[in-house]
Amino acid sequence: MATTTAPTKARGRGDRWAGPGMLLPFSLFYLVFLVGPLIYTVVAGFFDTSLLKSGLGDFAGFSNYSTVLGDSEFWRTLKNTLWFTVLTTVPLVLLSLVLAILADRFVRGRWFFRFAFFAPFVLPSAVVALMFTFIYADQVGLAQQAATWVGVDTPPSWLGDPDWAMISIAAATVWWTLGFNFVLYLAGLQDIPRSVHEAAAIDGAGPWQRIRHVVVPMLGRTTTLVTVLQVVASLKVFDQIYMLTNGGPDGSTRPSLQLIYDTGFVEGRVGYASTVSLLLFVVILLVSLVWFALVRRAEKER
Amino acid sequence: MTATATPPVTEQPAPVAEPRRKYDAERLFNRVALGVLVAFSLLWLVPLAWALATSIRPSQEVITDPTSWFTAHPTLAAYGDIFDAGKLPYWYANSFITSILTTVLTVLAGSLAAFALSQTRFRARRVAFVMLLAGIMIPGQVLMIPQFLALQEAGLLNTYWGVVLPQVPNVVAVFVFKQFFDGIPRELIDAARADGASWLRTYRQIVMPISRPVISAVTIFVFVGVWNNFLWPLLVVTDPEMMTLPVGLTSVQDVFGVPYAQLMASAVLGAIPLLAVFALFQRRIVEGIAGTGLK
Repeated sequence: MATTTAPTKARGRGDRWAGPGMLLPFSLFYLVFLVGPLIYTVVAGFFDTSLLKSGLGDFAGFSNYSTVLGDSEFWRTLKNTLWFTVLTTVPLVLLSLVLAILADRFVRGRWFFRFAFFAPFVLPSAVVALMFTFIYADQVGLAQQAATWVGVDTPPSWLGDPDWAMISIAAATVWWTLGFNFVLYLAGLQDIPRSVHEAAAIDGAGPWQRIRHVVVPMLGRTTTLVTVLQVVASLKVFDQIYMLTNGGPDGSTRPSLQLIYDTGFVEGRVGYASTVSLLLFVVILLVSLVWFALVRRAEKER
Repeated sequence: MTATATPPVTEQPAPVAEPRRKYDAERLFNRVALGVLVAFSLLWLVPLAWALATSIRPSQEVITDPTSWFTAHPTLAAYGDIFDAGKLPYWYANSFITSILTTVLTVLAGSLAAFALSQTRFRARRVAFVMLLAGIMIPGQVLMIPQFLALQEAGLLNTYWGVVLPQVPNVVAVFVFKQFFDGIPRELIDAARADGASWLRTYRQIVMPISRPVISAVTIFVFVGVWNNFLWPLLVVTDPEMMTLPVGLTSVQDVFGVPYAQLMASAVLGAIPLLAVFALFQRRIVEGIAGTGLK
């Protein structure tokens, strides 16, 4: 006890500022590049700010909000974003769960599976987009070729058909990012004690029953985490869509973030784009808060 | 592989009836599991392999027979074309410089902040911590417009600092550091303090040297994140000689349009640095992600 209090007392004034002082460099970055821009976004949403004029422009009240909420393009991009989120989250959570559970049974081959599934995740989105531009290309692409092998005579234009474009982009995204969830699940599986498996086996449970009634329930926390991280990441989709279809055909794949990019940077309507940003931010915030609530509840139950 | 595939569970003679059938079920399940895994992992390697195979084929051959995997005349011509058309050495250098700068600043500022939050005691500490916690929910991309305007105002467009600075406040990095620092035995810090070391010196000479694992985990995930960032450098950099690799590679795509050999060569060129990093640090990266408190 004496050792903990004595030096702090002896040190005096300069020491009181050590904590805040060490916090300062990060805080400056944090204020300038996150908090400040967030405040600006809230404020600019009430003005008719333009990229072409300096300053905030004229006060616009809630007119940006009524314009955005009455704009069918806002709702369409939001719908596209949500559709993409569903198309990616479901396979990215379920498939990574299944593959991780299966891979966990093999000690010796695990590094290979980990490499195969995780390697795409370290690639830049630009590289993924370049690869899939070719894979999804009409006539010459591997995807159409593969479809004819399995008996589809006239495969769709994967990126050119509005009904298929988003599905194709989602499939490329599943390929790209599955490894991350796979690794999180593998880590979650490490935390399940061997004795649990053994006890279940002695009780006569077969491999399938053990997975269904023991392993999957014990991975509940990991599944919550993986799902929320995935939903938040998918809601922020931009790169691969921008490079593969640029939001087309006919805006059928244009996500919310691209609406912000286009209206803000291409058309220069900063007020409008800020309003869309804030609405998207609220959606993402709600998802995160729901997650925190779920985690809280799960921890209380323990 | 089938030998290791049998889990130790089955080797214990179960006291229940029909051990034989159970053993068979276990083996069958493992066979199927292995089959599924191998099928999926091969499927996962197809795009990478195909990009590589196409990139070394002569352009003419790719046009006449685009979906072939093999070539009788492997060539690096497509790679040469990319070097001639783009500013590849610049892009590699730019990506490298911006990633290193961002990583160094993030590790320094983030670990200092985490140390202050974890070990020192001051009045606003809890408030500061909660405010930071809230920051984890701010999606950076949504703030691209004001961030861009701020950098424009500061005259930092088309500079390294313009790419680097907005990526430094990485809240996740602070959390990862804090979680590690929270686990450092109190006595170690107290002993250093009792010897008269200042907080800054304790941080530098006691804490940082024993924090190598967490430093390398943060270094890797920040480095990869910055290297792969697309949207931000796309906004900030318009000068071809200042572009990062991902942005530069997509600009080449516009030059070539259809020739797929070149397209795949640029994909391979973009993939190589990070695949190399991954191959070297596979363990670290995977453990870093799994253990960084994301659980």
